Amino acid sequence: MNRRNFLKGATTLSVGASLLPLTQLLPRVAQAATNETAVVVFGGTINSLDIHRSGTNRDSYQVAINCYDRLVSFGTKKMPDGSLSYDYDNVQPEMAESWKISENGTVMTFKIREGASFWDGKPVTAHDVKWSLDRAVSVGGFPTVQMRAGRLESPDQFKALDDRTIQITLPFPSKLALPDLATPIPIIINSEVAKANATPDDPWATEYLHRNPAGSGAFKVSQWNAGEQLVYERNDDWACGPQPGYQRVILREVPAQSTRRALIERGSVTASQNIPNKDAKELAEKDGVKVITTPIENCIYSLCTNLDFEPFKDKRVRQAIAWSIPYEEIFEQAAYGQGMPMWGGSNEVTSIAWPQKSPYEQNLDKARELLAQTDYKDGFEVPLSFNLSVADWAEPTALLIQQGLAQIGITATIEKIPGANWRTVALVEKKLPLHLENFGGWLNTPDYYFFWAYIKGNLFNSYNYDNPEMTGLIEKTLDMPVDDPAYAPNVTRMIELAFDDIPRIPLWQPTLNVAFKEGVEGYEYWFHRQMDIRPLKPA
Amino acid sequence: MSLGVKTRRVLNRLLQAVPTIFGILVVCFLLTRALPGDPAAYFAGDMADEASIEQVRENLGLNQSTPIQFINYVSDLAHGDLGVAISTGQTVTQELAKRLPASLELTLAALLLSLVIAIPLGVLAATRPNTWVDHLCRFLVTAGVSLPTFFTGLALLYVFYYLLGWAPPPIGRLDMMFLPPETVTGFYTIDSLIAGDWTLFKASLAQMTLPVITLALFTLAPIARMTRAAMLQTLSSDYVRTARAAGLSGRRVLVTYAFRNALLPVVTTLGMVFSFVLGANVLVEKVFAWPGIGSFAVEALVVSDYAAVQGFVLSMALLFVSLNLLIDLAYTLIDPRVAEEE
Repeated sequence: MNRRNFLKGATTLSVGASLLPLTQLLPRVAQAATNETAVVVFGGTINSLDIHRSGTNRDSYQVAINCYDRLVSFGTKKMPDGSLSYDYDNVQPEMAESWKISENGTVMTFKIREGASFWDGKPVTAHDVKWSLDRAVSVGGFPTVQMRAGRLESPDQFKALDDRTIQITLPFPSKLALPDLATPIPIIINSEVAKANATPDDPWATEYLHRNPAGSGAFKVSQWNAGEQLVYERNDDWACGPQPGYQRVILREVPAQSTRRALIERGSVTASQNIPNKDAKELAEKDGVKVITTPIENCIYSLCTNLDFEPFKDKRVRQAIAWSIPYEEIFEQAAYGQGMPMWGGSNEVTSIAWPQKSPYEQNLDKARELLAQTDYKDGFEVPLSFNLSVADWAEPTALLIQQGLAQIGITATIEKIPGANWRTVALVEKKLPLHLENFGGWLNTPDYYFFWAYIKGNLFNSYNYDNPEMTGLIEKTLDMPVDDPAYAPNVTRMIELAFDDIPRIPLWQPTLNVAFKEGVEGYEYWFHRQMDIRPLKPA
Repeated sequence: MSLGVKTRRVLNRLLQAVPTIFGILVVCFLLTRALPGDPAAYFAGDMADEASIEQVRENLGLNQSTPIQFINYVSDLAHGDLGVAISTGQTVTQELAKRLPASLELTLAALLLSLVIAIPLGVLAATRPNTWVDHLCRFLVTAGVSLPTFFTGLALLYVFYYLLGWAPPPIGRLDMMFLPPETVTGFYTIDSLIAGDWTLFKASLAQMTLPVITLALFTLAPIARMTRAAMLQTLSSDYVRTARAAGLSGRRVLVTYAFRNALLPVVTTLGMVFSFVLGANVLVEKVFAWPGIGSFAVEALVVSDYAAVQGFVLSMALLFVSLNLLIDLAYTLIDPRVAEEE
């Protein structure tokens, strides 16, 4: 090779390299996140702006919260660690400025806030509320199921008495009705805009509202590129609460978890929603990042034993399994110590707080002893399944449970089930013998949790548990006010039964972790696990 | 007449593609139905009961028998309707129109970059075997094939964004301060140039830099390797020796005789590289939050989103059929004998 040829080659190389605008990169562009604009990154995708549409995913629920108002909302409470959480026991006015509940508890009359108007300037009337509630109970799917939880099932129950008064009639008094009106489902939609865009095939304008929200809430959607970003713009005329701290909030979808972490650590974004426990633990120690960790209300990560399968029909087998689990290690290795332990409680149920610690802990002697009394003293084989989309905690948990079971002679083979298939086999067909499950109800009373998870046939009873005493108790208690003298004894008995029959073995209560750039205030935890951007503000 | 022959050839190749595409349609349709999971149960949502799942199934047309579903699918296709991707809530046509250019912009830029590096490198390595250029070529080739793209991507991100702060935040095609240019081609760089917006052009180029380098490192290896091998072969052939013996200049021999003949296998490799780099895109798109077609398809597969998966496979099939056609045409340009084979 001679020098001249080499130089020629080198020039070609450098021409190639100069195609890259490396120089453009050197002066870093100004930070996008400012006091006016907040940038939030998250790993999911927003697939609809209408919470009532079939197929709307959990990430999209936040649009309902940030862009629409409900009649009522929940207040705020301070958690022991100083962070803020919504307060289930404190229902607050939102679009309704006041309400009355009749003596017998079946008629609720709401007075609509004066001067409240939709984004297009049209005043919010009781007719809009009626139309919106009718929609929620009629479109089917999740909204209708959630409305039914509050005993709201048919449009006949809603009546607009005049422009500012809406009356809701219940078939019987229920403590679930009022809180259910504060969930993200019963949003108030601009019915005139919706009706103008409805078609005979689509009387509830689902196609239109899917892309074009029509609300009265604190934020409007100024841009939505599904799969990329959603931009909220503040509604300066919002009537139902204090003015939000940010003029604009950009919500970016960043699928890779490590990228999200780099973004928040570098301070390029204001917040990273729903970060994994490992990151929460590590980021909390870094400067310039603030991690807020809140236990997810009434959600419990559990191991479920399906009573349709022979070994688990025997209560002692289920208890033996509960005594064989290495809870401590699971909590350290799968949860990174984030959350509330749900094992090692006292033998007696002394409180009706839910969730609470089960009396179990790892005690292999007790487990072996129990198993020896059954037909399965020589052990058995069983597949242990988990949902691949929650592999971050479920996989290490499953491996540790497998080790625990092996010590009492039970061979568990681990089966990973893809997310799309999970609902069908676990919750709908309920045919997984041993599996990891997590359920948390939106309405925060123990009896509501038990209703979904301990009555045969109900969705989250993925283990076919069926105990007439439990069913009877739940049916009696579900609508009963919490100050009823029978309430506490009933719930205590439910908890006793749940721990004694132990079809669902509690492991730990998970947390929702959100990372913020320093200097952001006002974050409040909500049961729907989505970011309520309304109270956020720069310090 | 040669134009007539060429046109006939092109038409012929297009016709041959029709059964291929139909076959892909059928196989893909059946395969998506064989995916585990019930999309109705998934999309019915968190608390859905039996009745609401059934309702969703009806909405999606999944309550009909498979042959009827297929007929519906084909007739919708004939009307240009690819259905709605439930996972993102948009029509598949919209998604493809938006995401395909995003992926292609990345892929083509990476190919271009790797071409301008790999071909000269391969030629140099072949003309100077066992020198340091050759070793450099071998090193790059080995590194290129052995480093997984997501690793390269993360490593570049770590160094140039996280540690040095030179690269912009990896949050997709544009920094948050910018609005996308008006769509003409869907390529942000080209569209911003058409709009005459230099700042936007620079911004979109900046966002592309790291992912493009990542992909280029990956595609560089096979191209350099093939160039080197093909050059070595042509350099040792009789006609090159004859040309040299006839006293033609070294440069002329290299470019006209050796390089031109070495290009055929390189073009073939390029076609293959293009197809697997579109696959490798998936991970790079995830790392850099690039709203491309790869991440879309994977997401759709995970949740058994039939319409989205079918739309993706169909568009890829069309892309590859046209790519093969282009390569065939390139052959005739490079080597006139190919056109006369009939």
